[in-house]
This record gives sequence, C-alpha cells and structure tokens, in this order.
Amino acid sequence: MKSLCEKGAVTGIGETAYTKGSGKSTIALQMEAALAAIADAGLTPKDIDGIVPYSSGDGVAEDFITNFGIADLRFSATTPMGGASAIAGIQAAILAIEGGVARHVLIPFGRNGYSGGRIGARVQQLPQFRTIGEFEMPVGQIAPAQLYAQMARRHMMQYGTTSRQLAEIAVTFRQHALLNDNAIMKTPMTVEQHQESRMISDPLRLFDCCLESDGGAALVISGAGPAKDMKQRPIYIMGIAEGHPDQPSAITQRGDMTILGTAKAVPHAFGMAGVSHDDIDVAEIYDCFTYIVLCQLEDLGFCAKGEGGAFVENGGISLTGRLPVNTHGGLLSQAHIIGMNHIVELVKQLRGDGGKAQVAGARIGLVTGYGDMGDGTVAIMRN
Amino acid sequence: MDNPFNDRLRPAPSHDSQPYWDGLKEHRLLLQTCADCGTVRHYPRPVCDQCYSMRVEWIEASGHATIHSWTISHHAFHPCFKKDLPLTLVTADLAEGVRLCAPLKDAPPGSLRIGAPLRVGFETVDDDLTLPLLILADTP
Repeated sequence: MKSLCEKGAVTGIGETAYTKGSGKSTIALQMEAALAAIADAGLTPKDIDGIVPYSSGDGVAEDFITNFGIADLRFSATTPMGGASAIAGIQAAILAIEGGVARHVLIPFGRNGYSGGRIGARVQQLPQFRTIGEFEMPVGQIAPAQLYAQMARRHMMQYGTTSRQLAEIAVTFRQHALLNDNAIMKTPMTVEQHQESRMISDPLRLFDCCLESDGGAALVISGAGPAKDMKQRPIYIMGIAEGHPDQPSAITQRGDMTILGTAKAVPHAFGMAGVSHDDIDVAEIYDCFTYIVLCQLEDLGFCAKGEGGAFVENGGISLTGRLPVNTHGGLLSQAHIIGMNHIVELVKQLRGDGGKAQVAGARIGLVTGYGDMGDGTVAIMRN
Repeated sequence: MDNPFNDRLRPAPSHDSQPYWDGLKEHRLLLQTCADCGTVRHYPRPVCDQCYSMRVEWIEASGHATIHSWTISHHAFHPCFKKDLPLTLVTADLAEGVRLCAPLKDAPPGSLRIGAPLRVGFETVDDDLTLPLLILADTP
C-alpha cells in the first residue's frame, strides 16, 4: 500500500501577534500570517497553487486568489473538524501534492476569537451540531465545556482522576507560556489558584478552559523533493491521520465517552511514521480544556487509559519531564489559534528555534488536533 | 420581556424527529426503533446502522434509567438558563439501551453517583413544547 510517510514537509510557518483585541479583520489576520509563512518558505504568493482555508472561519480560497493575484489555483478543500482541521488540512495537502495536483499548499488560519464572535456562539450555527442543537441545547446542554465536563466526570469516577491533576496541566502550560514572548498570559499560576478559580461546569473550573483570543497562523506544505532546495530546513511529515469517533455528533450517545476519535488515528499515524512513543522528543497537544489533554495522552498511548492523571503529575509534561508538552503555552496560556499555533510551535522546536522553551536535541515530535466534539488528528514530524 | 435572547432555546424538529417531540407533549418518551431488526436508536435519524433499513417504528420508553455521567453548570451559557443555576445536567442510560441528556431536578447534594437509579419526567414549557427531565428514583 502506498504511504504518505515523508512525502510532504512543512516549508514555511507564519504567525501574527496573539492578542485580546487585534484591531484587524479576520481576513487581514489570515493574510498577514499567510504572507509571513510564504516569505518564511522563500516563496512569493503567486507560487501558491493550493489552499486549505479554515472551514469554520470566514476566509475562503477566493479571498487569497484575489488578495495575492494567484493566476492558477489548482486545489482548494476544507476539512471541517473544528480544532482538528489544521492537521487534517496537512493530510489533504500532502494527498494533493503526491497526486501531482499542487506544489505548494497554503493552510491559513486566523480569527478574532476574543473581540469578534465568541467560540461558544459559533457552535449553534454549524451543521455538525444540528443534533445537539435540536436535542441538547433546549434542555440546557449548550457549550462544549458542559459536555467535556461530563466526559471528565466519567473519567474521574472510573479512574480516580482529580481536579488537582487537571490543575497540573494548566500550571505546566502557564510555565511554558512565561518563556514565550508571543503568549497572552504573562503571570504564573499555582495549583491552589487553579483550585480557587470559578467553577464553570463542575468539575471544570475557569482555569481548565482555554483562552479566547485574536490572531492568525499559517503553514506552507510542499513536496519532500522540492523542500530540500527551499529556504528553510524542511520538517518532514512522517505520519499523519485523522480519526472520527463513534456517534460523532453526540458525545452523550457515545458508547465510551472517555475515548476520543484520536484513538483511531494513532495506529495509522505511528504505523506510517514507523516510530515508537519513546522516539517522541516533544509533543504539542490540543488543549481546549485540561481534561482533553489528559484524555489524549491516554488515547495516544503515552500511558494506559486511566493513568493520565499520574502521567501529568510532578512535572511529567514540563520541559524537564518525561514528555515535554505544549512548549508554547497552548490554547490554555499562549492563545487559541485553533491548534495552528501547536503545529507552528512543533516546527520551531524541530528547527531548533524554540527559544527559551527549546527542548534540547529535539529530532522527532508529535502534534495533535481535536475538535467538534471528538474528532482527533495526529501528525508525527522530524527534522 | 421583549428581549429575544431571554427566550428559551427551541428545537426545530425534522420529519425524522417530529414523533419524538409530539410524544413529549403527551408526556411519553418515544424512541425510534428499526421496523425490520428492532434496534433502538437515539437521536432520531433516517437509517438503522445495523441493517440499513429506513423503516421506522416508535416505542414508548419505560422511564427507567441510571446515571451515566453528569455536570453541574454554574455559568449560564444562554441567558434563558440564568434562573436555573446551578443547573445539574445528567446523561442517563435508559433501560432501552440508548441515552437521554436532561436536567436532574431536586437532587440532594452528594446524591449523584454513576449507576444511581432515575426515572424520566416531563416539564411542560407551554402548549408547543415539553422537555424531558430526570428525577432520582428514590426521591418521594
């Protein structure tokens, strides 16, 4: 069977400033991040012949054709998986490149999550939420926080996971954000402060929930062959996969609500990459809520189901821990750029550009996306 | 109150789900079953994932259920639920093998645990809308 292993590479990355109040349109944020990524790749906008815009955003391929004067865009697609979309977009890009349809595919994300429409408000407008819109929102089950709280509760009751263990995740990512000049949160957090933060939907507290922020981030994906001769050291995609959970439209109807779609993607991604968990030097894990990190660590196979709490304790996922996670601060403390900031950070780490949060000698890393009530994506990359 | 944001969130029933909502109005919890293989499914949808039949029958649920998981919301994610805070939402395993997500009324603090027996009740909102709710089975 054909494999996508090392057929594509990240050749350009770009980010805007991450803020609470950009003063720019979401289209402008996407263009700014895209131009930065294209320049980083050593290309010009007219070299882009494929685009995978964010499916739930308000930028479409037409905006990029118009703004960049692209004469012959040969590939455009969307990957509607919420926070899992960016990595699914990389997979689509490599398929298009490997199939000879496109050469350089742009994946631009950006939004005003803080100053524009709040993330909670968008949920009711999406077709994949038609089911919970009809049956759950009228009884008061409206926001992802409430559903993820029920997932976390079930995990706590089944495995003895505690809120203090969730706090360890938030505290660790805050420590990492303090090393990052482009992170929104700039003050330290303690476990006690987490425990005193406002209860949102029990057992999830305010500091278990990610930020809502403004900003843009973008990637250029190119074929592995051409990537060798481009401006940056290419970061090769060794393994990549998307996973869709059972009952994807209703967490409450899912047989085991402690397993995410991620679990289905994991054997495909690791099998394609031909590496083991011990080979992973650094991981950037989608963190809309602390619990979702813990659950993914289990679904990814870094520990057994039920052992995520112990895995994150005692600095287990800090820069000096057994697996450094979210070296940029994540959605919890850097910014919510729909997980594109996680991919950009992994590329920086593998280029050796991780700044104060650089994991020494990082050669192979993993990044996940997660969204829309259970979709999971996984990519494994190397330098 | 003219502010539409204080209005209840209302379902928009489809052809597939209309019998469910009509049943609630009569204080009956109706579940969709496959007319060919008998598999119960929820939420209502057009195709049986076991035999791909599109023929449907509706059965009335027994009303017996147990707690699968729960959350207690202290934040109103829509203004119409402000008056209900803190709101206890339970995902319940119905005796028929599917789940129901509904508010739990009158639960004493500390009484929630996985497997606790429940019964299904109904809240008549107005002539057009009745919603399901859950009650601890040993509540008098």
